[in-house]
Amino acid sequence: MALRFVSKSLARGHRRFAPTAKSMSTVVGYGDFPGGQKVPYVNKLTVVDPKEKDVIPAYRVLDQQGKIVEGGSLPEGLNEELVVDLYKNMVRLNQMDNVFYDAQRQGRISFYMTAFGEEGTLFGSAAGIKPRDMVFAQYREAGVLMWRGFTLDQFADQLFSNEDDLGKGRQMPVHYGSRELNYQTVSSPLATQLPQAAGAAYGFKLAKEDRISICYFGEGAASEGDFHAALNFAATRDCPVLFFARNNGYAISTPVKDQFRGDGIASRGAGYGIPVIRVDGNDIFAVYEVTKKARELIMTEGRPVLIETMSYRQGHHSTSDDSTRYREVSEIKFWKDTNCPLTRLKLFMLEKGWWSEERDVSLKDTERTNVLQSLAKAEAKGIPHISTMFNDVYKEKPRHIQEQEQEMLEHLAKYPDHYSSTGH
Amino acid sequence: MFAKTTKLQRLATAGRARRAFSAAPLVTERMNMFTALNDAMRVAMETDPTAAIFGEDVAFGGVFRCTVDLKEKFGEDRVFNSPLCEQGIAGFAIGYASVGRTAIAEIQFADYIFPAFDQIVNEAAKFRYRSGNQWDCGKLTFRAPYGAVGHGAHYHSQSPEAYFAHTPGLKVVIPRNPAQAKGLLLASIRDPNPVVFFEPKALYRASVGEVPVGDFEVPLGQADIVRAGTDVTLVGWGAQMRVLEETADMAEEAGVSCEVIDLQTILPWDVDTIEQSVRKTGRLIVSHEAPKTGGFAAEIASTIQERCFLSLEAPIQRICGYDTPFPLAHEKFYLPDALKNFEAIKKVVNY
Repeated sequence: MALRFVSKSLARGHRRFAPTAKSMSTVVGYGDFPGGQKVPYVNKLTVVDPKEKDVIPAYRVLDQQGKIVEGGSLPEGLNEELVVDLYKNMVRLNQMDNVFYDAQRQGRISFYMTAFGEEGTLFGSAAGIKPRDMVFAQYREAGVLMWRGFTLDQFADQLFSNEDDLGKGRQMPVHYGSRELNYQTVSSPLATQLPQAAGAAYGFKLAKEDRISICYFGEGAASEGDFHAALNFAATRDCPVLFFARNNGYAISTPVKDQFRGDGIASRGAGYGIPVIRVDGNDIFAVYEVTKKARELIMTEGRPVLIETMSYRQGHHSTSDDSTRYREVSEIKFWKDTNCPLTRLKLFMLEKGWWSEERDVSLKDTERTNVLQSLAKAEAKGIPHISTMFNDVYKEKPRHIQEQEQEMLEHLAKYPDHYSSTGH
Repeated sequence: MFAKTTKLQRLATAGRARRAFSAAPLVTERMNMFTALNDAMRVAMETDPTAAIFGEDVAFGGVFRCTVDLKEKFGEDRVFNSPLCEQGIAGFAIGYASVGRTAIAEIQFADYIFPAFDQIVNEAAKFRYRSGNQWDCGKLTFRAPYGAVGHGAHYHSQSPEAYFAHTPGLKVVIPRNPAQAKGLLLASIRDPNPVVFFEPKALYRASVGEVPVGDFEVPLGQADIVRAGTDVTLVGWGAQMRVLEETADMAEEAGVSCEVIDLQTILPWDVDTIEQSVRKTGRLIVSHEAPKTGGFAAEIASTIQERCFLSLEAPIQRICGYDTPFPLAHEKFYLPDALKNFEAIKKVVNY
C-alpha cells in the first residue's frame, strides 16, 4: 500500500513544536490538567508557529502526463473495466454540464452549476465508498449521484422542476436528492449538512450498521461555524463520518488567501483529534484509494476522518457568475491545459491501450446526444400540480394550510388566465 | 400514588390519552414539572430504542434536573453531553433524525437557541418539503427552558416562540403544568414533525400536580379551556397561565366571568377553540411575556378579528412584555402581571 497515513506525519510534525535549535529548552516536569493530556513543562518560552510546520503533503498516484508516479502503483481494486467506467462517467458529467450550462444561458432553466475540473474528486470518492453509505453533499457533487445511478432524465427533471422531479419542483436547479440512492437532498445554506452528517453517522453507529456518512463541502464552507461544530461533535462522539473537503481555490470570487491563513483545511483536523489525508484532487486514482482507505480507517477505528482534495474550479461559480472578473483567463486555461483530471486519466488509458481517440470522440457525441434527449423530454413535461405546493410542509396538512390552499384554488378559478404554469 | 378522577380523566376518556383507560380511574402521581418531563423522557426512551437525549450537561441530570438518572438507565450512548455549541446540537439532531431515529435535543436556555436558528429554520423546518417528502427529520424534538425566572435578565428570561411561529414546518409547544408537560412532551417526541418544546423554567419546581402514570399523551394543536366563562376570553400559554388564572379570580370577585384558555400549541394553533370562545364572550385578551411588537398575540388578534368581527364588543387587547430587552432590576415592572391584565378586563368590559 503506497498510502501512508498522515497521522504519522502529524506526529512527526508535532515533535517540531518542541523547542528546536533556536531555543534549546528542557522538559522540567509534566502538568496533569483536566483540560489537556499530560502537558510537558519547559524552561524556555516557546511560541508554536504554524508557519514553521511542514505543509501537509498531497497524495498522488498519477502524474500530469498520465503516468504512475515513481514508486506508485495502480490502487488495489482498480482494473481496466472500472477505470474505463469511471472515465465514461466523467465524460458524461462533463457533457451534462456543457449542455445544461448552455440551456441556462438560453433561459431554458433558471440556474446551473458545473463541476468542471472536479470530476476526478467526485467519481474517485464515489467509487471509494459503498452504495449504502449516506451522502451529504454541498451542491457541486452531481458526479457522486451519477455514479450511484441517478439517470440523465432524473437530473433533467430536477433542473426543469417538472412533474417528475423527485423534489416536486420546489428547490432551485442542482439541488438533487434521492432516498433510493442514499443521497440526502441538497440545500443552499452552506455547511449545514456537516453536523447533520455527524448525527446520521452516530445513528449508524448505535444501530451497529456497516455504514458511514460522507460529507462533501468546499473550502469556503469550511469557514462556517457548522464546520467547527461538526468536526468537534464527530470527534467527541466517535462518529463514523468522512468529511470530504473540496479545496478548489475559490469561494465564488474569494481566493483562499481571504478565506484562511493556515495550511488549508487539512491542518485543522489535528486540532479536533481527527486524522487527515490530503490528496491531489485531479488524480482520480489517488482520490479513490484515499477514500477507500479512509472508509476502512473509520470502520476499524470508529472515528471520523478528514480528506482534503486539492483541485481547481475550472468553471464559473455558477451561471450567475462571470469568474473572469476576479481571475485571469490565462489561469483557468493553465489548469485546463496542464492539470485536468479527465486528460490525465485519458492519457493513462491511451498508454495502457484501454482507450482510443476514436472511442473518445464517439463517447462524447453519444453522451451529448443522451443529455440533449433527456433535456428535451424534461422540457416537454409540465410543472407539478399547483396543489402540491401545500403538501409536505408537515407530514399531515394542518387546517390553516388547507384553508390557504382552498383560497388559492378559488382565486385561480376566478382568474384562470392570469397565472401561467410555464416558464420560470 | 392514588387514584384521582379529575380533568385528567376527562382528557383520557375523551380519547386524548394514548393508553386506553376506558372508564377506569386514571392512576396519577404527584410530581413537579421537571419530574414530569423526566418521566416523559423515560417513557419515550423505554418505548423507542432509537431515542437518544443530548445537549449541554444532560448526562449528570441537567442544570434543571430534567434528565436525572436517564444516563444510568439507558446508557452513555443514548444520554450524553454534547460539546458546548448550539448549532452543532441542532445539526447533529437533524442528521440523527434524518436516518429515522428519535432525537431529543436540549438547548440549555431558550435564550441560547439563536445560534441554532439557521439549522432549525432553514434546515429542520424545510427538510421534508424541500426533498419532496423523500427525507424528513420529523423524529426530532428540541427542548428548551424559557421565560421569566425572577432574576434572569437578558439571557435567562426570553420567550422566543414568535420567531419560530413564523416558520412553516415547525411545531411549537409550551406546557403550563406537570401533567400537560408530560403529555405534550411525549406527543412532541412522537409527532412526525420537528417540534420546538419550550418549558417554563419558573415552574420546574414551583408547579406541582397530579400526573398520569405511564404512557400518556396530550394531543398537539389543541387548546385547553382551563376555566369556562361568559364575559371575556383570556388566552395565554406556559407560565402566563398562572397569571391569567389569578386575573380571572380578580375578575370573578369583581363580577366578571372569564373563559381562560391555554393555547398549548403555538404552531399550528387551535383557531377553532379561540374563535368559538370569542363568539360567545365577545371580548378577547391575549397575554404573553414576550415583547408586544411581533409577538404571537398579534397573530391571534388579527386572525380572531377576521373571523369574529361581528361578535367583538371591544378591541382585542394584547397584554405583553414591553418592547425592550428583558430587564433585571425592573423585571416586576416589565412583566404582564395579573393587575395589568385585570386593567385590560376593565377596559374591554366598560368599552
